[in-house]
Amino acid sequence: MNNFLYEPWPWYVAGPLISLIMFALIIGGKTFGVSSNLRTICSACGAGKISGFFDFNWKAQTWNLVFIFGVLIGGYIANNFMTTDDSIALASATVDKLSAIGISSENQSYVPREIFDLSNNDNLILSILLLSIGGFLVGFGTRYAGGCTSGHAITGLSQLQVGSLIAVIGFFIGGLIVTHFIYPFIF
Amino acid sequence: MFQFDSFHMYGVIGSAVIFGILLTQIIKRMQIKSIDNKDLVFEDKDFLPKKYLLGGTIFGLGWALTGACPGPMFALLGAGYYAILIPIIFAILGTLAYGLLKDKLPH
Repeated sequence: MNNFLYEPWPWYVAGPLISLIMFALIIGGKTFGVSSNLRTICSACGAGKISGFFDFNWKAQTWNLVFIFGVLIGGYIANNFMTTDDSIALASATVDKLSAIGISSENQSYVPREIFDLSNNDNLILSILLLSIGGFLVGFGTRYAGGCTSGHAITGLSQLQVGSLIAVIGFFIGGLIVTHFIYPFIF
Repeated sequence: MFQFDSFHMYGVIGSAVIFGILLTQIIKRMQIKSIDNKDLVFEDKDFLPKKYLLGGTIFGLGWALTGACPGPMFALLGAGYYAILIPIIFAILGTLAYGLLKDKLPH
């Protein structure tokens, strides 16, 4: 029983826990949607002066900033007190596919070192490009779609919203394009 | 997840959605109120397929490139994978770019 806490939690624990978080936020009069924080941060930094999109009462969204701060703390606690081995158990077929394109750190680290370890990196420029362009697309796309996986895939689909289903289909199209057409091309 | 070799992410999202549908139905049917005793109303989103499909696809591209969506970005930061600061900063910039360009984009 002790070990269960320290190993990666199975999907049937993680999934329902996520929906319980959504439930708790809704009962608290809020909603479960992380990407709106990106807009709040822009607004808090004064972006309302250059764009109407950011001209709103961002202070009313402070609760959500607290939420992502909690996520940050959760990540800290999980990695520092509840993880004995931070390797990730990828499917062996995926391991083979990744090795074929030059990513081999599957069982050694939580995130692929080839991209995330900036201090010792053979492909530093490529890694920084991937991280920055990828991040930019996440920020742009989530606001365009009005939500990310928390807002659309979890909360929106739980409410049976058709718009969220379309967004989720978009998520998958984008993910598949990168995985099958762009990754093999750049590695 | 996008290699279709592993069930895990589908299990996480799938079970979260199934459970979430159940919990949402419980709230609706039992007319559960918020903790400050207000009615909980779920408004239907407007039907804007271009916005959701285009925005969603763009996000999906970034999601697969970085391996993280916004929530996990902050979890990774707390866990000490500081390279994630680059996606976080650029995500904020991407959001800024959207705000500046949105009136020119199809919705």
